[in-house]
Order: sequence, then structure tokens, then C-alpha cells
Amino acid sequence: MKITVASGKGGTGKTTIATNLALSLEGSHLIDCDVEGPNSHLFFKGPMKKLKDVSIPAPEFDLEKCTYCGKCSDFCQYNAISVIGEKLLFFKELCHGCGGCRIICPVDAITETDHHIGIIENNNDRSLFHGRLDIGEPFGVPIIRELKGLADDEEITIFDSPPGTACPAVESMRDADFCILVTEPTPFGLHDLKLSVNVIREIGIPFGVVVNRDGIGDDRVERFCVEEEIPLLAKIPNDLEIAQAYSRGIPMVEALPRYRELFRAMYDRIRGMI
Amino acid sequence: MKIAVTSKGKELTSETDPRFGRCRFFLIVDPETGEFQAVENDSSMAMGGAGPQASQTISRLGVEVLITGNVGPNAFQALKASGIKVFIGATGTVEEMIEKYGRGELEEINDPSVASHSGMRQ
Repeated sequence: MKITVASGKGGTGKTTIATNLALSLEGSHLIDCDVEGPNSHLFFKGPMKKLKDVSIPAPEFDLEKCTYCGKCSDFCQYNAISVIGEKLLFFKELCHGCGGCRIICPVDAITETDHHIGIIENNNDRSLFHGRLDIGEPFGVPIIRELKGLADDEEITIFDSPPGTACPAVESMRDADFCILVTEPTPFGLHDLKLSVNVIREIGIPFGVVVNRDGIGDDRVERFCVEEEIPLLAKIPNDLEIAQAYSRGIPMVEALPRYRELFRAMYDRIRGMI
Repeated sequence: MKIAVTSKGKELTSETDPRFGRCRFFLIVDPETGEFQAVENDSSMAMGGAGPQASQTISRLGVEVLITGNVGPNAFQALKASGIKVFIGATGTVEEMIEKYGRGELEEINDPSVASHSGMRQ
């Protein structure tokens, strides 16, 4: 069972929901897919240790063999290769590492080397995994793919998605059995929730909404969910005690055990919807 | 000789486009004969690498001089490899720029004039 916790807007409480859901479900794993700024580990015990390196293939060009036909350049969807006359330019930061140029080259002038883009770490009891993108690297998606490969179909895995609706968030949602969209009951929260709903409907997996910090803002998010027939899975109140525990790195289900039931009930409801 | 001017429209009277990689059109002008053609810039909506892509486009058209607003580092590298001379500071219409070029009033650059992705902010 794979559940992704996502949101259009940043700072709505994805990590809060993902960590507390994982901690409420015995034997579950949490995979933090926000490789540009993982922070779920702040709420888990023990240090994170390196599990593996992540690399993507980077092309190398043998200019002795190259005929400057330009096929690699025409093929590259990211414009990382320019062939101008008898000159070939490679823009490393534009390369996504798809390996297509090597396949397309008619004279085998392109070989591949490993280009390090980040690492994967886990804690002692392997209840938490996360990735870290190297500073200066623009694409985290290959690390997210590696992270997804660590999930065991027989176990419960919660994915904490990066915010937004761009490639890293889509990669974190794709292949999940269910997606929880976290929002806050504000105009900004609603606006970005609508973007996420459009994306998740395109991906085509079942989903529901969690309203975090319920009590602030207005009821437009709830009205939107009713109109769109989107299940409202839970409402987390705007509770000062939750914020106080959070600021000390203590998950709400540990500081305030009454919330454990809320997360377990949410999981049971999700299971019934798949 | 062929001069490429980045343009928002297809005519000599069209307004110049200050962006290079993400301009709408290239107006390819021969200042000696006054002949011109408008070429749509396929890279205007590219996800990335619009500058190098646009450089390839005008290089294949046999352009020797480019007149535009600004040029970023990747585009400049590709233009340099093509041997295309780059003049910046384009404002007003395409024909005004051709005249200015003729009078030697445009600035030729030997380095990029703006940072990467500047054309995406306009």
C-alpha cells in the first residue's frame, strides 16, 4: 500500500500529515521525496546514514568520431547539445541524463559516464528514507525514482511529496495507490488545491483532502470538496499545543496521543476507498 | 550579408523583441538589397536551452550578425561558436535597428550581457 501526501501550496502541513500518519501505523515506512529540502527526519529518532549514491548518465563526446550530423542535438528535448558547423557544445546543466543521444548517434561517438547528483539516506530502524540532491544540481526526479524503488508492495509506505505540481511532485504521486492532498482553509490554500486536483485527476489515482489548521480562514475549501465530490478525510484543528510540540520536533501523535486515533481512522477510510 | 533582428512581428516596421532565445520571430534582413524574411523562433516556448537552440536556428540560416536586446551565457557561447557577431541594445522597430547598425551606432559585445533565464522573466 503506497500513499502519497502532497499539496499544491508549500507549508500547508504535508510533512506534519505524512510523519504523523507513518508514526500512527505500526511497521510502516516513510519516504521523504522532497530531495531539495527533506525535513521529515526532524521528527524521527536517530541519525540518518548514507544508503547509496545516485548518479545519472552524462554523455561524453568523441570528437574524432563525431561527424557533426546534429542528430543528437535534434533529438535532445532539453536542448543540452548544440551542433553548429564543425563545433559541438554540451550544456551539462540542461542534460536530464536520459541517454537518448548515445542511442541515436550513428557513429557511436557518444559514451556515458556517471554523474553524481545526490544520495539516499535512512535511519537505524529503516522506518524513514530520504534523498538529498547535490547543491547546484537542477533535477531531483532521478533520486525520487530511486526512492520509490525502495518501497515494498507488501508493506505500508507513506511518501512525503515536494510541494507544487511540477515534475518532482508528479513523480512522487505517480504509481501511488492513494494520494492525500493537504491544504489550509485559506484562499491561497484553495487556489493551489485546485491545481493539485487537476494534476491528480490527470494521473488518475484515488485521492482525498485533509484540511490542516482548521479554524483559520473560511469554509470555501470544504464547499469546493462537496461540489467536486472529493472526500474530506480529516480536519486537523489549528491547535496551539500541536504548534508547540512541532517547534520542539515532537510529532503531534507523540505529544498529544488523542490525535493517533484520527490518523488511524483516516488510514482505515483510505483503505476502504482503494 | 544576412542580419537577424529579434522581432515581435513579421515586418520591418515591427517592434524589436529584447529577448534572444525566446523572441517570437527572427527578421532576416539583407541590408544591401533590402530583402527580408520572417522566421518563427521554434525555441520561444522551449523548456530550457532556448538560447543555444535559437543560435543553431540562425546559424543554419547563414546569419552573420545578430541584433537583439540581451544575450545570456549559453546563447553567447553558441553564437560565438557560430562566428555570429552580436549587437545588443535593440529598441524601437526592426528597420530603425538596421539603420543604426549601418551608422555604426550599435554596441558589439564580446561577453554575455545578462544572466541565464533572463528571457523567461519578460
